[in-house]
Amino acid sequence: MSALSREENAATAAISSSEDSSSYPDDDSELELGLGLSLGRGGGKPPPPPAAAGGGVGSWDQYARILTAKAPSSSSSSSSSPPAHSAVSSQVRGWPPIATHRINSLVNHTKSPITEESASNVDNKRKNMTVAMDKINYRSSYTIKNVSSERGTTLKKSLFVKVNMDGVSIGRKINLHAHNCYETLGQTLDHMFTLDASACATRRSNVEEQVVIGGRGRHMRLLDGSSDFVLTYEDKDGDWMLVGDVPWEMFLSSVRRLRIRRTADANGLAPRSRGMNREC
Amino acid sequence: MCLFRDMMSYFPEEVLEHVFDFLTSHRDRNAVSLVCKSWYSLERFSREKVFIGNCYAVNPERLIARFPRVRSLTLKGKPHFADFNLVPHDWGGDVYPWIEAMTKNGINLEELRLKRMLVSDESLELLAKSFPNFKSLVLVSCEGFTTDGLAAIASNCRFLRELDLQENEVDDRKGHWLSCFPDSCTSLVSLNFACLKGEVNVAALERLVARCHNLRSLRVNHAVPLEALQKILVKAPQINDLGTGSFVHDPDSETSKKMKNTLENCKSVRSLSGFLDVNPHCLPAVYPICTDLTSLNLSYAPGIYSNELIKLICHCKKLERLWILDTIGDKGLGAVASTCKELQELRVFPSDLYGADNAAAVTEEGLVSISAGCPKLNSLLYFCQQMTNAALITVAKNCPNFIRFRLCTLNPVIPDAVTNLPLDEGFGAIVQSCKGLKRLSVSGRLTDQVFLYIGMYAEQLEMLSIAFAGDSDKGMLYVLNGCKKLKKLEIRDSPFGNAALLSDMGKYETMRSLWMSSCEVTYGACKTLAEKMPTLNVEIINEGEDQVEASSSPDARHRVEKMYLYRTLVGPRRDAPDFVWTL
Repeated sequence: MSALSREENAATAAISSSEDSSSYPDDDSELELGLGLSLGRGGGKPPPPPAAAGGGVGSWDQYARILTAKAPSSSSSSSSSPPAHSAVSSQVRGWPPIATHRINSLVNHTKSPITEESASNVDNKRKNMTVAMDKINYRSSYTIKNVSSERGTTLKKSLFVKVNMDGVSIGRKINLHAHNCYETLGQTLDHMFTLDASACATRRSNVEEQVVIGGRGRHMRLLDGSSDFVLTYEDKDGDWMLVGDVPWEMFLSSVRRLRIRRTADANGLAPRSRGMNREC
Repeated sequence: MCLFRDMMSYFPEEVLEHVFDFLTSHRDRNAVSLVCKSWYSLERFSREKVFIGNCYAVNPERLIARFPRVRSLTLKGKPHFADFNLVPHDWGGDVYPWIEAMTKNGINLEELRLKRMLVSDESLELLAKSFPNFKSLVLVSCEGFTTDGLAAIASNCRFLRELDLQENEVDDRKGHWLSCFPDSCTSLVSLNFACLKGEVNVAALERLVARCHNLRSLRVNHAVPLEALQKILVKAPQINDLGTGSFVHDPDSETSKKMKNTLENCKSVRSLSGFLDVNPHCLPAVYPICTDLTSLNLSYAPGIYSNELIKLICHCKKLERLWILDTIGDKGLGAVASTCKELQELRVFPSDLYGADNAAAVTEEGLVSISAGCPKLNSLLYFCQQMTNAALITVAKNCPNFIRFRLCTLNPVIPDAVTNLPLDEGFGAIVQSCKGLKRLSVSGRLTDQVFLYIGMYAEQLEMLSIAFAGDSDKGMLYVLNGCKKLKKLEIRDSPFGNAALLSDMGKYETMRSLWMSSCEVTYGACKTLAEKMPTLNVEIINEGEDQVEASSSPDARHRVEKMYLYRTLVGPRRDAPDFVWTL
């Protein structure tokens, strides 16, 4: 294996993350900024928008070239900005090699401005601060999510889990904290995997498919037992469970990853016969 | 030779025992026990401190059988990469069987030091209730316990001298464990609970400190505010090692002035840490103790900017150990180099993992300044934004005394920042110059060449950490063939495969352990190794996206995601969870 392919791997991880970002609603700044690559947009701190986005980009051209195997681009389109050097590292699990308690102490720390002038404001600000995070800097890394949610710290801004589907070799990632009920989760997954599902699903009449897709308004295709697929999740104990049985918050606290399985293959997991009416 | 044998037999055992008492290093004691049977026997009955670097290399029964008089036990559990979340939490390393066995066999345990072990509240309760002379508990990077376990220790260990909690994950049960120290407890010498996340009973802490006149080391957590710490320190002016909690106050307040006065009175403080929350304007309060400070740890204090750090450090002319964040910058490191001529150990941690503030990171320049100004430097951990071969070559020339050299570039595969070449030559210079190097971590763009250098020159190397480096099996082979004293090798994301793994299987019996993750070794090769080497445990950690169904036996060509092998006297461990397969 050449060194370049390793770098490409790191780059692939970075790139796939950016693809995810475009599928999420843009209304919550936390979502965008929770992804490593979206640093290209901000590259700095929360409002006011930093100027570093433009200036910083140029200096990382060289790394972008190596890591993304693309021509360096200082284009104005924020989503195609080359990642800052450590945006790559933030996509690599366990790198930089810092112990989790250190990472937690950095993330939990209320970010003080680094300029001298604002030092005198720090005292006043501290009285009003709760344990907040620098939202831009919160990374989407699977590692931090695992560690902090398992260890009960207050980091709850993003919860990215992997989603795989039977018959599809490339997985996706979804931010569960962007949802507050099963319905929207089902809809999002529908949207993510629709093309894949239709390739794998038994042939149905066009009308039926329309109804099923159009029926998203009330019931989730994946969660109402009417499709060829069921949505399952792996919980903390390593068991695979049907999604939708427990209250949403309980689901969030125990889910590790998701898998969309063919109903026929989901042995031991009874397909649900009725739709759900979940409070959102 | 006959004469020697006759002479040795004239030494009465009591004399030999007395001589052995002077041997504190466990390596010396191990060597002594190999001389002859009578020395082995004598040594094992006189050994009180036992160090076990891998808890699965032996078992409690064998420990107790060989060293029935053990009083102090050190155990290490999970492999090092567990610190970076590469090992599942329930992998193993439970201390309970050890405590239980020692209880059952009447061991007079006084001291227990654990690293990366699983420690339950039940274990702590059993420990606290079973050993009446228990004096010292040190837990580093452990998990599995709560403040309830600490309450058990506080309540029951009547002669407790040391409770030292470093970087553990502790669940806070909102109990008042500190209040559980009875009024009769006056023996504390060292109390470190900086890693605890919850509230503590500050009044109880104050009373505890007041009655423990021998207290030398106190490290509190963030829940102890500045005003409370000031009152506590008034009662403990003899303190040697201070870890502050939250160091936040209005610098012009009465409290801040009182703190400064109190610290002026603490003339024995040599080590300072904490500042888990800090108002930089309060820092001048500590200037009085800086003059004699030998150890300073500001690596958990992200809120201090370079200029404030420099002002503080300029007072610390006797500093031997400095742990700091990269907010200090190259300029700050220059100030360290000019001021701290006695510096032996430096650790620079990243403050910002996400590249948002490029100005905060350090580069090769800072390291070069340090090497030029601090010739006694022998231990380094340096997270940097970039590095060059030229800089490393200069550092190697300036500081030939490195024992530990750990460099970590934030981008794991970054080449020389100036020439774009791999960093092979730079690390090559380090290993060639530092003949006493025992621990090395490499990073940046590296080819097989760097491993050729390491194999050739790093004769004393005991621990090597490799990530995203090398081109082929040759790299790993250079290391395995060359480094005769290698004890621990940990590799991730590097193209080393079966040929390297299997070329010298006997080598692993001379080592404590080998970790390989995201490399090119296959299931078949691991199985072969396990079959040929019964004195090794070859464990595969099978989880995540690479998970293989338990029912199917994996293809021999299937690449193994995580492998951990170690030598052992006691065969496969019986407590391995489902996802750990011992081949």
